[in-house]
Order: sequence, then C-alpha cells, then structure tokens
Amino acid sequence: MMASNDTSASGGSTAARRERVPALAALSVEKQFGQVRALRGVSFEAMAGEVTALIGDNGAGKSTLVKCLAGVYRPDAGTIEVDGKTVHMSSPTDAESFGIETVYQDLALAPDLDAASNVFLGREIRKFRFLHDQAAMRRQTAKSFAELGVGMVQDLRVPVASFSGGQKQSVAIARAAMWAKHVILLDEPTAALGVIQTAKVLDLIRRVRDRGLAVIFISHNMPQVIEVSDRIEVMRLGARVARFERGEADVDRLIQAISGAYTNEVAA
Amino acid sequence: MSDIKDEPAAALTHGQAEVAAIDSMAAGDAAPAAALEGAGIAVDTAAPPWRRLVTNPVFMTFFFLVVTMLIFSVAAPGKFGTRTNVEQLALNVAILTVVSVGTTFVIASAGIDLSIPSGIVLGEVFAVKALSFIHVGSGTAVDVAANKTTAWYVLVALAASLTAGLILGMVNGFTVGYMRIPPMLATLGSLGGGLGIALLLQNGVNTATYALNPVATSHLIPGVPNLILIGLLAVAVGYVLMHKSVFGRHTLAIGSSEEAARRVGLNVERHLLKVYTLGGLASGLGGFLSVAYFSTTSVAGHSTDNLQAITAVALGGTSLFGGAASIIGTLIGVWIPAVLQNGFIIVGVQSYWQLVAVGAVLIIAIYSDQLRRRSQNRR
Repeated sequence: MMASNDTSASGGSTAARRERVPALAALSVEKQFGQVRALRGVSFEAMAGEVTALIGDNGAGKSTLVKCLAGVYRPDAGTIEVDGKTVHMSSPTDAESFGIETVYQDLALAPDLDAASNVFLGREIRKFRFLHDQAAMRRQTAKSFAELGVGMVQDLRVPVASFSGGQKQSVAIARAAMWAKHVILLDEPTAALGVIQTAKVLDLIRRVRDRGLAVIFISHNMPQVIEVSDRIEVMRLGARVARFERGEADVDRLIQAISGAYTNEVAA
Repeated sequence: MSDIKDEPAAALTHGQAEVAAIDSMAAGDAAPAAALEGAGIAVDTAAPPWRRLVTNPVFMTFFFLVVTMLIFSVAAPGKFGTRTNVEQLALNVAILTVVSVGTTFVIASAGIDLSIPSGIVLGEVFAVKALSFIHVGSGTAVDVAANKTTAWYVLVALAASLTAGLILGMVNGFTVGYMRIPPMLATLGSLGGGLGIALLLQNGVNTATYALNPVATSHLIPGVPNLILIGLLAVAVGYVLMHKSVFGRHTLAIGSSEEAARRVGLNVERHLLKVYTLGGLASGLGGFLSVAYFSTTSVAGHSTDNLQAITAVALGGTSLFGGAASIIGTLIGVWIPAVLQNGFIIVGVQSYWQLVAVGAVLIIAIYSDQLRRRSQNRR
C-alpha cells in the first residue's frame, strides 16, 4: 500500500510549490443558498500530477466547492482558474470543455449499457454521422483500460450492472481519465466499496495522477487520505482552514483541523 | 421453459456471495471463477454459447414461436403451414408491427405509450380528411376507386397521417419530457384527448375510401403484398435506429439511468421529446396503413392496440424498466398472439383460449426478465 512513495512531485519544498501554477484553483469563492452561506471565501488549489484531498466535516462546503469546480454551480463571488486563467463555467459541459471531469459516488453509469458504451456515452465515435462505431469504441476502451491497469477487458459486451461496485467505480474513473485533459474530481469514490475494491480504486487514482492529471479527491476516510494524497486541504464552515503537504499530517492533526482545533491558514 | 425456472436458484445462491459473474444469466456456471473479485480483475470466463442462447429472452420467445408454429402445422396439416395462411398472418400483423417498433423506443426509454389507439385513429381520420379536400370531378379523392387513385392522393394522405402522429407524439414528448408528467398518465390523457378529437372530426361516423388500397395490397415486389414489405421495412429501420445509431444508444441510456445520461451531458428532455414523437409517427403511419388495408377509418376499432403493442414489445424481451430493447424481439412478439389465435381457430380450439395463452406467456416472459435483472443488478 506504500506504492505512492514513487511520486516525484512531492519532493519539492512548500515554497517552490506555491510558485507553480495550479491546474485548477478557486480564489475566494462565495456561494450562498438562501440564508445559508455555504462557501465563505474559500480558496483551493490542485496541481497537475498530484492527488489533492479535500476534507472537512459534513456541511463544511466540500460538495458545494466541488460543484462550483465542476460547473454545476456558479459561484456568487470569487473566481475559478484553470492553468492560471480565469474561467466562467455555467454547466458541467463547460467544465468538460476545460478538461475537467467529475466522478460521482453513485448513479454515474447506465447499468444496462456495457463498459465501452458507458465510456463513450454522449461522445460516441460516429460513422455516417448518425450511427455509432461500436467496434472502434470497444477497441479504444480496451486500450485505455489496459493502460490504466483496469483489467476487466475480457468482455466489454456485458452490461455494467453485472459488475461489482469496485469495477463500476473503476469504469467511471477510467472514463473520466480518458476524457479529462486537466483535472479529475472524485466525490467520495470509495465510500461504497469494500477493502480490496478500495485498494484497487486507489491504485487506479495513482495511475491517473501519474499520467499528469490533477486529481481532486473528497473522502471521509483519514488513513486513506493520508495514504493516497500528495496534498491535503481542509475545509471548515465554508472556508479553507489548513493545508498539508505529504507527510506533514497524521490522522489526529487532520481531525483537529476538521473540528476547528488547528489551523495553519493565515486569516484573510 | 425449464431453463428460466432454474434461474432464481442460481441468482440467489451466487448473487448473495461477493462474486462477480459477468454474465449474470450464467451465474450458475461462472461463480467459481469469480473468486478473483476486485476492482480491476477480469472476473470470469464468458458463458458457453448455448447457455447464452438459452438465457437470451429474444431467443426463448423465438423458440416458443417456432415450436408453436410447428405444433399447429402438425396438428392441422395442409391448413396452418400453407403459404396462403402464413401470408395472411403476415398481413394481419404488419400494422401492429409498425406501431410496435415505434413503441419499442418509448419502452426502451423507460416510458410507456398508451395513446397508440388515438394515434392510429387520428392518422386514419387525418388521411381521409386530407383526401376529402382534394376535389376530383364532382366528388373528392375519398370516393375514387382503387384503380383510379394516384401517387399524389396517397402522398397527401400519408403526410396528413404523419402530421397527426407528429402532433400527438410531440404532445406526449412535451408532457413527459419537459413537464415531467409520468408517461402512463401523460399518454392516458392524450389517449382520451386524441380519440375525442378524432370522434369530433368524424362526428362519430366512419368514412370508407378505396383510394389508398394499393398501398397495402399491391405488389411492389412480386409475391409480397406491400403491407408486409412496409412492416419489414419498419423493422429494418427500427433495428438500425435502435441498435446501430447514436439515437438508439441514447434512448437506452436514458431508459437505463436518466441521471447517468444527464451527467454525461445528454439533453434528456429533448431526447424524450424525440422518442415520443417517433412513437407518435409510428402510430400515425399505422393509421394510414389501416385505412389503406381496411378501406375505412375505424374510430372505435383500435381501443386495445396499445395493449397489443405493449404485449408484443414485452414478449420480445424489451424491458419495461427501460435500458434493454430488441427490435427483432418485437417482431417475434407481434407474431405470437397472432399465431396462437390463428392456430387455435384452425385446429378447432375455442379461440378465446388465445387470450389465456397470451396472458400466460406474457407473465412468464416478464417474470424471466425480472429474474435476469435481479441477478444482474447486484452491488
């Protein structure tokens, strides 16, 4: 489980890192729902080639932030930057056009379609404009799955309904990895999985990172976060309260940050 | 049928365990190989071909149809299996085939279309109304004899029928897709509404016309009445659209999981509008063909066509929960009730038994589909 040691990106010092341009960043983002201020000037950065964990208690605003980053919500104030350039996204399709893909915890796949059809759903390879080229889609899916080490290419004709939870999640992540040019957002990708399945999915996440994508990863599982993340950002009450590089945090420290007992963020 | 009966046992024993037999219907065979369960591991070898065939709902229905036809052929030699009888059967089912192909798409999208009768009747009424606007001599095109009709009359009537279907289908698509009214109620509403409008237009009286007869009874290909040709054409078009086109793929995706389809950026509302419009067009075309074949409108004669079409689609292995469909299955499903009725009459069994038999076959078919899904949708 310590395979993540091979990450070269985590070698640099904190100061050096701050000078790099984040693949995806939120700057002082605010979002209000009626009387509820879900995001109160939250900032967030994710670098290419790194896994960035986003943690926080329920109601801290993680999901709202991720939805802002994924184009589902429009921030009331603040900016979203992709590669240092301010972008405006009004739909998930906009986010996709900036190379940002999101993997949700559930409901991500059409269970009656096979893996290849799911991977290419909405982006089918076409022939004669209105027909789909199933053979080509199947070939490409098999190729990508092999590259990502998702090994169940033995039968791409079978509905994903018959897959296990881990396999389904692997298909969803592999799909996102195939299409994402910059960033993958994973909203609790292992929440519903067993131990072995979780390990497989975490391996896949590392391989996706090693392809140079920025991986943003929401989880409630602290040991898992520490194991897989190159950086950890902690949210509390709609704002960022702490940031850790790999090796800087242990479970206790993370829990202190989540509960408000610890912060290393300079107050804005 | 015994193979279907075997399924619950297989599904339960192995479905409970943390196994990942890839072909769920083959769970009985595949369980040992599934020990390698995990996120990224090939889970088992493919099921043997015979097993796939036996557990394939379309094949099972086809098998049932063939066996039934063989039994009737043996029981009534020289009567059931004759060319004339089979051709008559094909003529009888052709219109229902066209309509059922359309409704296969609706059901594949996890919807239902109860408004088929009003689509057919409106298609009939619009066709004869359009003909009545064409003045020929002292009368109108409605009154011309079958051998005096022209392609122009036929095309005008066809356009009118399709317009009727288009309007009805778009109403259904709008209410289901955009207004989010449950399909069963939305199309129940348009069923009543459409029939009412048709009756108003006709004052409750049917109109007879021979002007469209050649569409059904002439032979574009020697030996094959046009109506049969049109039915086969509808199946071919439906097959390509359902199984080979992006449209069909998106229909199945929406039927399988609307939320998943939405998340990959499909415009679900617009797609449902298209799907129901397609269903409406098929009904309208069915109305046109009905006038052509029966030489009259039949404002009260189609009230169970929706149930017949849904029966055919369900028999054919299309899942009423959406997501899985078979156009070839629909073709087979249309034949089963027709063969049973025709066969019972020929061998001298009370033809009412057909209703009983179709009901039983339908329930068995749906039950096996449920079992298939239950064993497949494990977590």
